[in-house]
Amino acid sequence: MGGGGGRGGEPVAICRLKRVASDLRDDIRPFLPDIPEEKNGKRIACVGAGAASLTVANDLMPLGYEVTIFEKLAAPGGLMWTNIPEFRLPAKVLWEEIEYITDMGVDLRLNSPVDSLAALLEEDYDAVFIGSGAPKGKELNLPGRWDSEQVHIGIDWLESVRFGHVESCGDRVLVIGVGNTAMDCCRTAQRLGASDVKVMARKTKPHFKASPWELEDAIEEQVEILENHSPSKFIVEDGQVKGMVFDLVSWHEGEGGRLKAEVHDSKVIECDEVILAIGQDTAFPWIERDIGIDFNNWDMPIVDKTTFMTSRTGVFMGGDAAWGPENIIWAVEHGHQAAISIHAYCHGESLTDRPAEGMNLVSQKMGLHEWTYSNDYDEAERVKMRHVDLQERFKRLDIEVEEGFDIEQSLTEVERCLNCDAQTHFETDLCIECDACIDICPLDCLTITHNGPEEELTGRLTAPLLNPEEPLFISEDLPQTGRIMVKDEDLCIHCGLCAERCPTAAWDMRKSDLLIPYAGLDAGEVHPGMSIMDLAGAGAR
Amino acid sequence: MTHIAKPRIHHPGLARNRLGLTRRDYEGPMSTLCAGCGHDSITAAIIEAFWELEIAPHQVAKMSGIGCSGKTPTYFLKEAHGFNGVHGRMPAVTTGAHAANHELVCIGVSGDGDSLSIGLGQFAHAMRRNIDMLYIIENNGVYGLTKGQFSASADYGTKAKRGEVNREHPIDPVLLALNLGASFVARSFSGDKAQLVPIIKGGLRHQGFAMVDIISPCVTFNDHRGSTKSYEYTRDHYNELVQADFVPPAQEITASYEAGDVRTVTMHDGSRMRFRKVPEDYDPQDRDQVYAYIRDRQRAGEIATGLLYLEEVPPDGEGTHFHGIQGTVDEPLVNYPFEELCPGAEALEELQRRFR
Repeated sequence: MGGGGGRGGEPVAICRLKRVASDLRDDIRPFLPDIPEEKNGKRIACVGAGAASLTVANDLMPLGYEVTIFEKLAAPGGLMWTNIPEFRLPAKVLWEEIEYITDMGVDLRLNSPVDSLAALLEEDYDAVFIGSGAPKGKELNLPGRWDSEQVHIGIDWLESVRFGHVESCGDRVLVIGVGNTAMDCCRTAQRLGASDVKVMARKTKPHFKASPWELEDAIEEQVEILENHSPSKFIVEDGQVKGMVFDLVSWHEGEGGRLKAEVHDSKVIECDEVILAIGQDTAFPWIERDIGIDFNNWDMPIVDKTTFMTSRTGVFMGGDAAWGPENIIWAVEHGHQAAISIHAYCHGESLTDRPAEGMNLVSQKMGLHEWTYSNDYDEAERVKMRHVDLQERFKRLDIEVEEGFDIEQSLTEVERCLNCDAQTHFETDLCIECDACIDICPLDCLTITHNGPEEELTGRLTAPLLNPEEPLFISEDLPQTGRIMVKDEDLCIHCGLCAERCPTAAWDMRKSDLLIPYAGLDAGEVHPGMSIMDLAGAGAR
Repeated sequence: MTHIAKPRIHHPGLARNRLGLTRRDYEGPMSTLCAGCGHDSITAAIIEAFWELEIAPHQVAKMSGIGCSGKTPTYFLKEAHGFNGVHGRMPAVTTGAHAANHELVCIGVSGDGDSLSIGLGQFAHAMRRNIDMLYIIENNGVYGLTKGQFSASADYGTKAKRGEVNREHPIDPVLLALNLGASFVARSFSGDKAQLVPIIKGGLRHQGFAMVDIISPCVTFNDHRGSTKSYEYTRDHYNELVQADFVPPAQEITASYEAGDVRTVTMHDGSRMRFRKVPEDYDPQDRDQVYAYIRDRQRAGEIATGLLYLEEVPPDGEGTHFHGIQGTVDEPLVNYPFEELCPGAEALEELQRRFR
């Protein structure tokens, strides 16, 4: 996005501000959609009670569907519950949001693993959605791997911690891998009593898979991250891990631009426990291979990227199960799309004729000198999240590290917004060329001048062009002099002063809304009683 | 009126002048005039001119009377001295300020009501005395602040917003100024900054009374069909008779023009006005000819604009301006201690004895 003179800096902390709204909310239940007493006679089965399946239920329940969710564990939530530690996502928040969905009347069957899809399909469901995630942590088959019980698979270990099966860990812990799961593992290990936690990375920082903010949080907690350490074997004595041997490598661009490792040396790093966090795979031992669901060469089911349907009609798939691990936001989006398909499928409609996204543009003028949004752009740096004190946070596993923005921080952070959704809208015919907009613009992004070839025209702007990549806005000929209005969108901060000082409303500020269709609803239509359920809001925390 | 704030952020490449100030530093608070008011454009031109001339805001006295124009000095140079006087009395107050401290750069902003009706006498005598000031008339032909009655500058036959026709003849401040001996006379249009900014700069640097009449459409009461002071009418009847550039003292004139096309007039402080375009039979330093020419253009229905008249600087350097005429000391009076300026009753006695 342009705006504000192309200045850098981090974007507005949208997810933190969503949290502020969530933290300060009243009871939202009156705003949730009504669930019809009379059902539409269609029954849907969902496998796995994670973000994707819950979204399918959230979208279909208000339309009268009967949705059954099968979950192998004793609690819903999937990876949001088992893998995201409570110091990042408190159970209370997660349960509350999941309950908004299950309270719609979802038939949630816990401790009910699906062992055979064939058997499930025998039952009387109109469609099946598979949202079983990517529950299998990747192995590291190096010498010594199987000689000790102190070598764990990251996601399994986090799950064991969640269910209270693991309550402590060794003093010195090595975490292999540097993705987001690795970050959760190393920080959990510290809370279980480890005093020396090292994250071992094969490559250098630019290649780390973990999100920058998760890396930051781990580093703040004094986790050591070692680059260019490629594991080569486990050192185990009498069933006890003593350490690991690493190749010290450097990376060079080989043929075809692929990075190639060159080993310089090797090094032993002592430890008491090893956690492997090098990725996850899907696992479908419960899907028979002769029931019409095609798998590719990598044993992944073939899923249509538009309809989310497998090669067997009526069987849909989404979330990590479909194409491997992504974040929760994507799982929710998959759920929305699958719900649209399921609704169409159950009504015998085309799955590929999908409801279009919409866009509307509405003036934000409320009255004389009153606009619907705050225009006082603040050039401040992104507000820093307050964290619980380092000593304090390690006392218990469930102390949420991020404290959320207070009111003052929130007010500062929202004013960093460039209001890119509030578009400047110009009606050429109304302009009387009074120069009011030119005079008031704080960024000098407007010019009224004679038309000419673009290259020459850019030399006549009120303020120099900073980003030639961003096209200039150019109006039709103005009515009085035949000159043109030029706007350099790259500089604009959408403060709306041009519209405020325009005597004829030739300039107007119009909010553009992206209207997203949901199952059973065209873009922009809302359920009777708006749904504000948004699992992504919780997942992104 | 505007309630929303102007964000502090500015273009990252915004230039600074030799005082280290950006153009934004010469602004005032947000205007509370009607959106689209010509006065706001004039304010923007004044800001630009002061910034380009690198005049420190605290060395400026900005003066005004009553009316929409009277409000405008608030909106520029927030760090300048200012005085908002009673209706039509701005020239007298400015005369006092200038008498006390001739080192201040004086700018007076007035309107057609303030200068041509209630303040006409003051306006006339300030010109006669050749006060060293820039006198701007924001001329919109109506009394905007009292709901749009015709002012003394409304043209004969012009129509008010509700259709009434003006049957009185206007006072033209340009012709008046030429008559009363103003030494710098210009007319411009709020919608033409390319012309306006150099004129304001020249007026600020001119030693003596610089009168600039600026057509400044009133979007609320006088921007309709039938008005002769609307944006559209002004553009349709606009004749940029004279094109003049302001050239600061140290700067070389680099652009080359064919001989005869350009005439350069040097002002007291060494700055120059360079006349690029004037009609062949027109001499901007001949008061009588200029007067006749403007009358002529008016009869033809044209609004002649530009720096129309600039007085010759007397060769002996003897000032024709206020302080020169009065023969005051070089040191501004404000710098003298009170006892010296007002030596007391005994000194007065002594003085009076001399006249007995």
